[in-house]
Amino acid sequence: MDTISTAENHTEMEQVIVAMQDPDLGIKMKNQRLLITVIPHAMTGNDIVEWLMKKYSIMEEEALHVGDLLVRHGYIYPLKEPRNLVLRPDESPYRFQTPYFWSSQQWPASELDYAIYLTKKNIRKQGQLIDYEKENYNLLHKRINHTWDFVVMQAKEQLRASKQRRKADRIVLECQEQAYWLINRPPVECLTPRLSQRDRGKQSNTKCEHSSRMCPITHITKRTLVRVSGLAFQDGRGVEHLKKALGRSRVKSSICLESFIKYSEQYFSHDPMMHGCPPSNPWITDDITHWALNTNTVSTPTKLRVERWSFRFMELLSDPLGRLKFMEYLEKEFSAENLCFWEACEDIRHGENSRIPQKVSWIPHRQFLAPGASKWVNVDSKTMEKTLEGLRRPNRFVMDDAQMHIYFLMKKDSYPRYLKSDLYKNLLVKAIAPQETKRSVFPFMRRHRHSSPNPALVAQALEEDGKAKRLGSPRITSPATSP
Amino acid sequence: MCDQTFLAITFGPCDNCSETKPLMNIYVKNEPINYCSLCVERMACQGLGPNETLATLKTESETLKTKLEEERAKLHDAELHQVAEKVEALGQFIIKTRRTLKGHGNKVLCMDWCKDKRRIVSSSQVRPFRWRRHEHAVTMPCTWVMACAYAPSGCAVACGGLDNKCSVYPLSLDKNENLAAKKKSVAMHTNYLSACSFTNSDMQILTSSGDGTCALWDVESGQLLQSFHGHSADVLCLDLAPSETGNTFVSGGCDKKANVWDMRSGQCIQSFESHESDINSVRYYPSGDAFASGSDDATCRLFDLRADREVSVYSKDSIIFGVSSVDFSLSGRLLFGGYNDYTINVWDVLKGTRVSILFGHENRVSTLRVSPDGTAFCSGSWDHTLRIWA
Repeated sequence: MDTISTAENHTEMEQVIVAMQDPDLGIKMKNQRLLITVIPHAMTGNDIVEWLMKKYSIMEEEALHVGDLLVRHGYIYPLKEPRNLVLRPDESPYRFQTPYFWSSQQWPASELDYAIYLTKKNIRKQGQLIDYEKENYNLLHKRINHTWDFVVMQAKEQLRASKQRRKADRIVLECQEQAYWLINRPPVECLTPRLSQRDRGKQSNTKCEHSSRMCPITHITKRTLVRVSGLAFQDGRGVEHLKKALGRSRVKSSICLESFIKYSEQYFSHDPMMHGCPPSNPWITDDITHWALNTNTVSTPTKLRVERWSFRFMELLSDPLGRLKFMEYLEKEFSAENLCFWEACEDIRHGENSRIPQKVSWIPHRQFLAPGASKWVNVDSKTMEKTLEGLRRPNRFVMDDAQMHIYFLMKKDSYPRYLKSDLYKNLLVKAIAPQETKRSVFPFMRRHRHSSPNPALVAQALEEDGKAKRLGSPRITSPATSP
Repeated sequence: MCDQTFLAITFGPCDNCSETKPLMNIYVKNEPINYCSLCVERMACQGLGPNETLATLKTESETLKTKLEEERAKLHDAELHQVAEKVEALGQFIIKTRRTLKGHGNKVLCMDWCKDKRRIVSSSQVRPFRWRRHEHAVTMPCTWVMACAYAPSGCAVACGGLDNKCSVYPLSLDKNENLAAKKKSVAMHTNYLSACSFTNSDMQILTSSGDGTCALWDVESGQLLQSFHGHSADVLCLDLAPSETGNTFVSGGCDKKANVWDMRSGQCIQSFESHESDINSVRYYPSGDAFASGSDDATCRLFDLRADREVSVYSKDSIIFGVSSVDFSLSGRLLFGGYNDYTINVWDVLKGTRVSILFGHENRVSTLRVSPDGTAFCSGSWDHTLRIWA
C-alpha cells in the first residue's frame, strides 16, 4: 500500500475534501448506525461516489478511483472495517478525517506519539495487538526505553480522559487515530519511504529528516546544489537569454495550429490506433503478417508505406527501403552522388569520434568535393570555401553546411521529380494492399507466438556476409531467423 | 543500499564566519557545508558585475519576462480547440491490455522500444534490468537503474541511474555470456542519471542528470562532446527532435522549465516556463514542430516551437495526481499520459478533450512509450509489471 504523493497532490486532495464538506454543495451527512451506536456526521460510500460523479462530470469507475485515493491517503476513513482503507460504493459508513490528522500538516508523527498510541491500544486490548503492531511496540520499547514511564503515563491519562466522553465520540476519535496511524505506519514492510527516491532527490528539506522512520533512507540530494553556488551567474545568464529570446522571429498561432490539423489528417490512415492496420494489429490478433510485410528487405512494399514516402522528404530518407528505391532512381538520373555524399556526411556526424579525421579526409574531399572527383557534388562556392577551410581542422560538424546544401537540393529538385517518375508510380501500382481480416473469422484460433529475429544476430550475419564478399569467397549464409 | 538517517544541523557555528547563528545546509562542489544566511548571500553575490546587485538582476529579469510574454501574445490569433472545431470528433475508443509482462522483482522505472518494434528493454529499482524479447528475458547486471535506452541497431542497450553513470552493454546472442564483463562506462555525472537516449546511431548518447546538466557523449571513447547548462535544478527528462537537421533536443526539469537546445553549440535556443511544478516527461510531436510535457501539476501541455508558446493544456479537475510520462500516437492525434494515480489518460491533442481513461495498473505508472510503428504502447509501473496496450 504505497501512498506515494507530493505536497501538490495533498493540497489538491484537500481542495476536493473541503468542497465535499461545503454545507450547501457538499455531501449531505447524516447519522449513521454502527451496530448499536449512532455516529454523527457520517456518509455512505455511495454518497461519496455520486457526489464526485456529479461534481466533476465523470463516470462511476473514475469517481470510485478518485474516492479510493482519498481514502488511501487518509482524508476519509471507513467506520466499519477501519483496517481496510478502500472505498466501497455501498451503504458502508465513512467519515472525514479531522484536519489535525491530515497528511500534509507535516505533524512529525514521532516515535513518542506512536509509542503512546500503541500502549493505549495494548492496555485497552489487554495485550492483544496485531503482529506488526506487536513488533513495532517491542522495537519501540527497546529504542526509547528511557522514556517508557512517560509513555505509559500519557497513555493511561489519555484513556481515562476518553472514558469520560460519550460512546459515539469515543468511537469516532479512536477511528480517527487508527486511520492516521495506518497511513503513517503502514503494516507492509516499509522499504520505500513516503516520498519516492526521485521525489526525495527533487525536494529540498524533505519532511522526514529528523523523524527517524523505520525505513532506510538513501542518497538525499538537495536542489540548492546548483542554485546557490551560482545564483548571480544564473540570473545574469538568464537576462542575456531573455534578451535574445525577445528578438526571435515567431509564426502566427493560426498557421502553426493549422499545420497540426493537416498533419493529423494526413497520417490518420497510417496510425494503427486510429485506423487499424491491415491486415490486423499483431498485438491484438497474434498475426504477424503486418510486420512481415513491412520489413526492410521485403521486395514489394505495402501501399501505405509507399504513400508515406510522398508526405515528406525525411520520411523517404529515414525508411531504408525508401532510400534504396530513391537511390535506384537517382542512378538512372546520374545524380546518385548527391545521396551518397549525404550518407557519407551522416556517417561522419554520427560515427565514432576517433574515426572522424580519417573519414573526413578521404571520403568527402577525395570522392566528392575535389574538382574532377569521381562523385563530384554541386555545392555553391561560398559553402565550398567554408567547408574546405573547416577540413583543415576536422570535427564532427565540418560537413554540416555542405550536407545541408545538398539535402535541400535533393529536396527541392530530385525528390519532386521522383514522385512524378514512372519508377515511383509503378511502385504504387504494384504495392500490396492487404485486406483487413475480420476478427470474427478466427475467434478461437490461438496463434503460436514466435520471437522476432535477434537484431544482434542479423547484424552479425550481415557483417560475415560482407566479409565474405570482400574476400571474394563463395559462402552460404544461414538465414537470420530464430525459431 | 545504505541505512542512513540524515540529520540537519540547524543552529550552530557557521563554517565561514564561525559565529553561532541559524544555519542553512547547502552544497558547494558536492561538499555539504553549513553557512549562516549572511555568508550564503555574500557567496551568491560573487559573479555580479559592477553596478549590479542580485536585486537589480532580478528586476531586470522580471521585466524582460513580461516583455517576452507580450511579444509572444502579439502573434497569438487563435486557440487550438477553436481551429480544431471543424475536425471530426473521435469515435468510441477501445484499447485494452494485450500483454502483461511480469518478472521484474521490483518497481519498473523505465523502458524503451527497439527499432524492430517488438522488443523492449525495461529497468527496475533494485533488481538487475531485463531485456525482453517476446516473453523471454535476459538479465543485465546493473542496479538502481532509472534510465534505459535501446540502441538504434538493436545491438546494445544503455542504462544508468543512482550510480551517476551511463553504461552501454552490447547485446550478445549467447544467453549465458557474462554481460557485466562487456560493460562500457560512457557518461559520468556528479549526480543521478535521470534519462538517456541514443542519437541517430549507436555511437553517441545524450544524457540528463540530477546535477542540472545534459551532456552528449561519444560511446567509443567515453569522451564528453558537449554539455548543456541552463537548468537551475535537476533535469528529469529529454527527447530528441525528429527534424530534418536532427540537431536539437528538448529537456524538462525540476525548475519547471522546458528548454530546447542546439546540440552543436550547446546553447539553449528556446525556453518555456508555464508549468507549475516539476516536469517529468517531454516528448516531441511527430512532425517535430511542437512537443508535449507532463508534470507533477497534473497537467500535460503542448508547446509550439514556431509560435514560441504554449498552445494547449490537457487537464481535468478530477485528475489530481501528476503525470510521470507522455507519448504521442503515430499521427499525433492522441496523447497518452501515465499518471501517478495508477491510471493512463488518453487525450485528443487537437480538441483538448479526454478520450479515455485506462485502468489496470495497481500502482503508479512510471513510464510509457508508443512502439516505433505505432501499433501499440507499453506502460511500466511500480506494481512490477509492464503492460502492452493496443
